[in-house]
Amino acid sequence: MRTTAHVSRPVSWQRRALHVLLILAVVCFMSVFLLLPLAVVFVEGLRGGIAAFIDTIGQREALASMRLTLLVAAIAVPLNLIFGVAAAWAMTRFQFRGKALLGAFIDLPFSVSPVISGLLYVLLFGAQGWFGPWLEQHGVRIIFAVPSLVLVTIFITLPFVARELIPLMQAQGSEEEEAARVLGATGWQMFFRVTLPNIRWALMYGVLLCNARAMGEFGAVSVVSGHIRGLTTTMPLEIEMLYNGYNEYDHIGAFAVASLLALLALLTLAVKTLLEWRYSDQIAPHTPGGH
Amino acid sequence: MTLLLSHLSRHFTDAAALDDVSLAIAPGEFLALLGSSGSGKTTLLRILAGLDYPQSGSVTRGGHDLLSMNARERKVGLVFQHYALFRHLTVTENIAFGLRVRPRHARPSRTEITDRVEKLLKRVQLEGYGGRYPAQLSGGQRQRVALARALAVEPDLLLLDEPFGALDAQVRIALRRWLRNLHEELGLTTVFVTHDQEEALELADRVAVMNRGRIEQVGSPEAIYQQPATPFVCEFIGKVNKFELQREQDRMICGALDFGADLWAKRYDRAVAYIRPEHLALATDTGWKARLRHIYLAGSVAHLELALDTSEQLIEVDVASEDLLRLGLQQGAELYVQARTATVFPLANDTGEAKSEDRRVLRPHQQPY
Ligand SMILES: Nc1ncnc2c1ncn2[C@@H]1O[C@H](COP(=O)(O)OP(=O)(O)O)[C@@H](O)[C@H]1O
Ligand SMILES: [Mg+2]
Repeated sequence: MRTTAHVSRPVSWQRRALHVLLILAVVCFMSVFLLLPLAVVFVEGLRGGIAAFIDTIGQREALASMRLTLLVAAIAVPLNLIFGVAAAWAMTRFQFRGKALLGAFIDLPFSVSPVISGLLYVLLFGAQGWFGPWLEQHGVRIIFAVPSLVLVTIFITLPFVARELIPLMQAQGSEEEEAARVLGATGWQMFFRVTLPNIRWALMYGVLLCNARAMGEFGAVSVVSGHIRGLTTTMPLEIEMLYNGYNEYDHIGAFAVASLLALLALLTLAVKTLLEWRYSDQIAPHTPGGH
Repeated sequence: MTLLLSHLSRHFTDAAALDDVSLAIAPGEFLALLGSSGSGKTTLLRILAGLDYPQSGSVTRGGHDLLSMNARERKVGLVFQHYALFRHLTVTENIAFGLRVRPRHARPSRTEITDRVEKLLKRVQLEGYGGRYPAQLSGGQRQRVALARALAVEPDLLLLDEPFGALDAQVRIALRRWLRNLHEELGLTTVFVTHDQEEALELADRVAVMNRGRIEQVGSPEAIYQQPATPFVCEFIGKVNKFELQREQDRMICGALDFGADLWAKRYDRAVAYIRPEHLALATDTGWKARLRHIYLAGSVAHLELALDTSEQLIEVDVASEDLLRLGLQQGAELYVQARTATVFPLANDTGEAKSEDRRVLRPHQQPY
């Protein structure tokens, strides 16, 4: 990345005032809308002291929600990694009819409301849904059970990896892959030795975003979960239940779990920033021919 | 093993990139594919390399069908126009790539690979650059890495797509000679693509001139230059003066200029004639009257721009610079021009299409004997 050199030239005080004002405005805005709420989450979570905090998150339901969130992410993220790479490959390396349509479909989860996404799955697999009766006959339960949580999470996070890869793979073109083929590489060798190294940072980035969303998704998951505490509540759902007090109103509990979830998000952000900083030269897009 | 291309056609959605291309390439030959941008040169190379397939036609090598083999099996080295080096691998790793991806039983040992890479680095004059990444090399260096990488797998056929296209003039000329020497050392069948006619004529054993997906002419550089087979080749190779001829009884004329007797027994009414600047000579008393408009001195040769007296058509005449001094020529001088040889293509009366098969060489100013 190129840094612009600061040429010193006389700057009128009005201009300087404008600079300062703008920067102040951005900082204030960020503080009020981002930092303050984030701080509140942690402060409220720790209001009862460390012991109470640990006690709260050590409760059976809280632990179950954490396990469930991690399980859902552990299934949804790898699947979407594979799907994302395959979709990006198809979109950038093949010519086929309906390619534009595929592109639009990949974006679909971004453009429909998560609640609707959840409802779609209820319509498909719910007791009154298309496949509901058949599933019930065969003793398979999807809605109001863990499978539905996994399914809607996969749906919601489907675009992240593909959207990250498509522009990069488009810019890089397929010449290096073709060179590998002519040099005798098999399809797999070409993929693992040429394609993957060239897209690894974008892929990592897409996976991190995908993971953050998988762990944080609320709307779609809420529709299909059934809110059975300890069984089908992921962390976001658990927080909401604690806060709204379906059983008992538990302010500290809600914020304790919330601060854990926020911590996971901050961790993701930190990893991403670290990667960006460490590999800034490789992440920057290469201009074709000029690499 | 002769490489035989016959009746290859490749159509993309909009147009034909290759249109019934046939060509025989002899073992050890250095062949240039010469054509302007978009004439189908890259498409042809990609088909030979196994990266693209024709809709019809065949390619055989020593009698074996090449098209039924995939890219991996063909033993073809391809140097891409923009090199396509693996950006995440060092020069050494780039060159070793083709050896490392071989199945275990065919893969040379680690030390053998190192040895071979060292030898290739020496061959392409890049010793000491093995640890660098492609981004840390100049254009000419990248080009040579790409070449070494292609040579590492010991191909039977080397394909080079505009190998000097992206380089500046000086590097280009040095590299061109170097490549020719390399070819002589290795004796490898080589096909290289270029849009630069000078490069093709200087380097190649044979040149195939391509135009809009067709091969217009294949031949030695001399044949291409001296006996162009089609109007396209005339206009594409070197400078040329073009004249539109009409038949007047049994003479071919361009306005008041007489090009000689009709050689087609009155079958054609019109024709087009091409005369190279060096096939025009200056004279003091007989020939076509013209006025000197400009002198472009280019070292040993002077390019003269003249306006013909009868038609005001501008023509170019090349003379040796010393003749220019000897004749004491000045802008505006009145001269006579004599045409030694003109390549003439008659035009079909109905379609106006040039009939290349009826090409003749006329000698407008040769005394009949
Ligand atoms: N993948 C492709 N899709 C569509 N048209 C193509 C493709 N590749 C080449 N063409 C077309 O085929 C013609 C020949 O292209 P090419 O072989 O690259 O020419 P050259 O290398 O001589 O410049 C051009 O008109 C080009 O637009
Ligand atoms: Mg090309």
